[in-house]
Amino acid sequence: MSSSSGPLPASQSIVIIGAGIVGNSLAYHLTRLGQHDITLIDKGPLPNPGGSTGHASNFIFPVDHSKEMTQLTLESMRQYKDLGVFIESGGIEVARGEERMQELQRRVSSAISWGIEPVSIVTADEVKELVPFINEQLIVGGFYTPGAGVVDSLRAATIMRERAQEAGLTVSANTEVLGFDVRGGRLRGVRTTRGDIATERVVIACGCWSPKLARMAGASIPIAPSVHQMIDIGPVPRFAGAKGMIEYPIIRDVDTNMYERQEGTGLEIGSYAHRPIMMEAEDIPSIEESALTPTELPFTQHDFDPQMEIALELMPEIVGDESVGVKYAINGLLSVSYDGLPLLGETPEVRGLWSAAAIWIKEGPGAGKTVAELMVHGESEIDVFESNIARSYPSQKTRAHVFARAGEGFNKMYGIVHPSEQWESDRGVRVAPFHERERQLGAVFYEAAGWERPVWYESNAGLLEEYGDRISRRESEWEARWWSPIINAEHLAMRDRAAIVDLTAFAIFDVTGRGALDVVQRLAMRQMDVPVGRVVYTPLLTPSGTFKQDLTIMRMADDVFRVVTGGAYGMSDLKWFKDHLPEDGSAQVHDQTSAWTTLGLWGPRARDILSSISRGDVSHAGFPFAQWRNIEVGPLEVLASRISYVGDLGWELYVPIEQGARLWDVLVEAGEPQGMIAAGSGVYGSTGRLEKGYRAYGAELDGEYNVVEAGMAWGKVKDQDFIGKAAHVGHREEAPAAHMCTLTVEDHASASGVKRYMLGKEPILTPDGAPITDSKGRRSYVTSAGSGPSLGKYILMSYLPPEHARIGERLLVQYMGERYPVTVQSTDATSLFDPDNSRIRS
Amino acid sequence: MNICVCVKRVPLTGGKITLSDDQRALSTKHLGFTVSPHEECAVEEAVQIVEREGGSVTVLTLGPAEAEEQLRDMMAIGADRAIHLVTDGAEWDPQGTAAAIVTAIRAQQEAPDLILFGNESADAGNYQVAIRVAHALGMPSVTGVKAISFEGGNAVCEQEVAAGRDIYELPLPAVVSVKEGINLPRYPSVPGRLRAKRKPLEASNPQRPAAQLEMVRLVLPPDSGKQVQVLGSGAEAAPAVVAVLAELGVL
Repeated sequence: MSSSSGPLPASQSIVIIGAGIVGNSLAYHLTRLGQHDITLIDKGPLPNPGGSTGHASNFIFPVDHSKEMTQLTLESMRQYKDLGVFIESGGIEVARGEERMQELQRRVSSAISWGIEPVSIVTADEVKELVPFINEQLIVGGFYTPGAGVVDSLRAATIMRERAQEAGLTVSANTEVLGFDVRGGRLRGVRTTRGDIATERVVIACGCWSPKLARMAGASIPIAPSVHQMIDIGPVPRFAGAKGMIEYPIIRDVDTNMYERQEGTGLEIGSYAHRPIMMEAEDIPSIEESALTPTELPFTQHDFDPQMEIALELMPEIVGDESVGVKYAINGLLSVSYDGLPLLGETPEVRGLWSAAAIWIKEGPGAGKTVAELMVHGESEIDVFESNIARSYPSQKTRAHVFARAGEGFNKMYGIVHPSEQWESDRGVRVAPFHERERQLGAVFYEAAGWERPVWYESNAGLLEEYGDRISRRESEWEARWWSPIINAEHLAMRDRAAIVDLTAFAIFDVTGRGALDVVQRLAMRQMDVPVGRVVYTPLLTPSGTFKQDLTIMRMADDVFRVVTGGAYGMSDLKWFKDHLPEDGSAQVHDQTSAWTTLGLWGPRARDILSSISRGDVSHAGFPFAQWRNIEVGPLEVLASRISYVGDLGWELYVPIEQGARLWDVLVEAGEPQGMIAAGSGVYGSTGRLEKGYRAYGAELDGEYNVVEAGMAWGKVKDQDFIGKAAHVGHREEAPAAHMCTLTVEDHASASGVKRYMLGKEPILTPDGAPITDSKGRRSYVTSAGSGPSLGKYILMSYLPPEHARIGERLLVQYMGERYPVTVQSTDATSLFDPDNSRIRS
Repeated sequence: MNICVCVKRVPLTGGKITLSDDQRALSTKHLGFTVSPHEECAVEEAVQIVEREGGSVTVLTLGPAEAEEQLRDMMAIGADRAIHLVTDGAEWDPQGTAAAIVTAIRAQQEAPDLILFGNESADAGNYQVAIRVAHALGMPSVTGVKAISFEGGNAVCEQEVAAGRDIYELPLPAVVSVKEGINLPRYPSVPGRLRAKRKPLEASNPQRPAAQLEMVRLVLPPDSGKQVQVLGSGAEAAPAVVAVLAELGVL
């Protein structure tokens, strides 16, 4: 066993900075995966080095609407239980009004979708039975999770560290990092107060301090250290006879952004209701300067006064007891990232510098295991694509952006957040060259990868009359929020005539050089040795044969390939390509995202429009599907790529970004006589796509499902090797555990008669209401939901096990506490609209 | 009985102390604030006396606008009202402080029967203000008091001395400064905290007189070095522990 004294090793395989729950868990899992020569350092003392782990409230509610976050939490709970530091207390999220009750029903849906049972909706009286000191008059009900609990995170961290030490881990407390040795974009070593360590891999796992450490290395971990206020009151007479540490369920008073929980003879009251209080990582006091610890800052009473009133009302017997004192009160620092998600993986700036940050107690051990797996295997059991630190664009990592978004997100911690809810702060950073034209058309902009992207255009409202009854209206406010029937009208106008769609948010990069073909061949599942002029739509696989991404690649020249991918994970994809460049420098990747803008032109009249302004041959024979050409459009040279994500004839038209506005004008002028409209991403990403059954990465496609299950294993497997090939070949030989299916909703009427429309992630149930689980233990849930205006049907996509993946199979979907009949319409990639693809190939 | 307790807003230290750039104050960037521990006991004592004997407790401070936080803290543990002599943040010397307090007390409609102080402030530690106030008001005074009771209209105060306790009887009104240990101050309750927000607070802005005593510069004492020595862990540490205990002569 190695201890804290003596010199540090001169060189190590891995150095972990930060001995909180994350760093210790990571060290433990790395040793379990057979890694050696690992040193864990922290500038603080052990076992509590003074970070957020030391003052965390330590309770865990497993249910989250995000699958990824829920999986990290469930894995963490499993580990805490194995370590013997989990006390199952149950937890209740209470509702003070009907809107919250609806949100709690959504949480029931998420619980079933992610396999967390039992959970239940309880009445105010039932809450009172479980928590007798609550004022049930203030609440209308609750969401009860019996499996919620409280952990001892410091103890867990200690046990994991000790086990790792038994496997050879070196631990050095009271050791501060002074700097990093980075050469040629690659990490070479770390300098500490106890000496230098030569190493090629360092993991920053220091919570609130992570941004500071990253900056020291020339990288970025976009976190704003933020204050969470909490107080302990006691001793509470009612708790005097408590037999165990935790006897009552934790209460989350979510409508007031607060929680109350009993521990021992005390009651802890915490809040996310106060104004966002953020500080720079560099300004966090040193251990020596701190009255308590560096992350337990002096309490600011006036920020908490309103919360005291609220707690007093909710639990008057305890909080109103004059003999019960406020014994501990802190402004506790924790890590809030710019989008509320963890930051996991190797930083895109410095090869070998890893991040395991923006993680809270409920995700700690799961995140430690996941990052360990990523470091050792290059993939992890839990797919953490949403948390990949490489996802951020440069403008999302600036101090101003991070603080604006962390501040905005802070008060939404317990909020009722609509799936399409938009950020309000720091908007308008990335705008398309035709942004002003879109604005004049009444575009309603959502943010996509930092871009302002039109979702629909208010100027198309006149189409509602034109299409009349073919356009369904949403009667419930929840589903009508962040939505417009104009989307469906734009869809029909595109199907009837033509539409242009702003696709500027694409991420675009070129792979070039002598070795370029080998690079794309190795990453892409499909054959990339195609003639110049071809466009290939291809999955990128993980080593396990599941989805890393799906995207298109154009062969521009023998040694140039242009990769076009969605904006959301464009930077993660860029890093994936960079990570797989050959060591000999024979291939390079160039980010072209800000060089090109893209307009989609689709619809039955797209060819008429394009031919009227183009000198090129755009006939089907002269410009077949899945080809790209440089053509003249008006005065511009345009790269036209004949593919479609909406299922209609047309092209993606690429021009240098400074010519984008002119392209818009040329197209609008030529399109006007043809009745062409501008359509938003509501058509592109939802209605058009769903009618065609096109899968979307992050919804249908992720690291949990393979290509065969996704119904995308058409054609033969190419001869050349590619990542995931062996696994993929195996998947083709076995019976898939699930099939990606398209379903339609047969009846939208709720018990009250109001028609309801699912928004995604709802569980699919058998006709008798039982959850559906496949042979790999995965639940069937709605991966995407949306209108199919041309079909007159509402479409859901879901993986179903073979026994249910049958056309005509009748099932149920659970939404907001009620069940609606659905029918399976397709069990493979065959689309409900134009199943022969005659439109695209016309 | 009407009791006035004088308190001072001071930094809540606990870690390493650093000085401001001009070396005339503590750097408080990372610090919270409190009242001096002796003063917290004085307020607790006053509250307990009033709980027994009836009357009211007024808490008084001379300090910056932010010192309202400490007045509310003291009202949260039972003081009934507060007087805030608001300064611009500059430190006042003991003479000026005492004079301002005397003026404020004389201006009160109901003169206090007892004026309590902490034995000394936690930051400046001049040990003067209570005595100066007593002298100016012509009242008897005892310092360093560890117990107060009342007998026949007199205050009976016990002062801790080396060999035991000196006991004084003072006719009221009187000025008494107390020391930590006289009682165990209570934690504020949540209702107490919330009531404190609504209790009356009377603020005025006294003029700072020319300082007679000026602090020139603070110097940090030399680091006393490592205080903690790890003797080992588990059973292996036992011999070292025994050796230390033997050295201390406790075995």
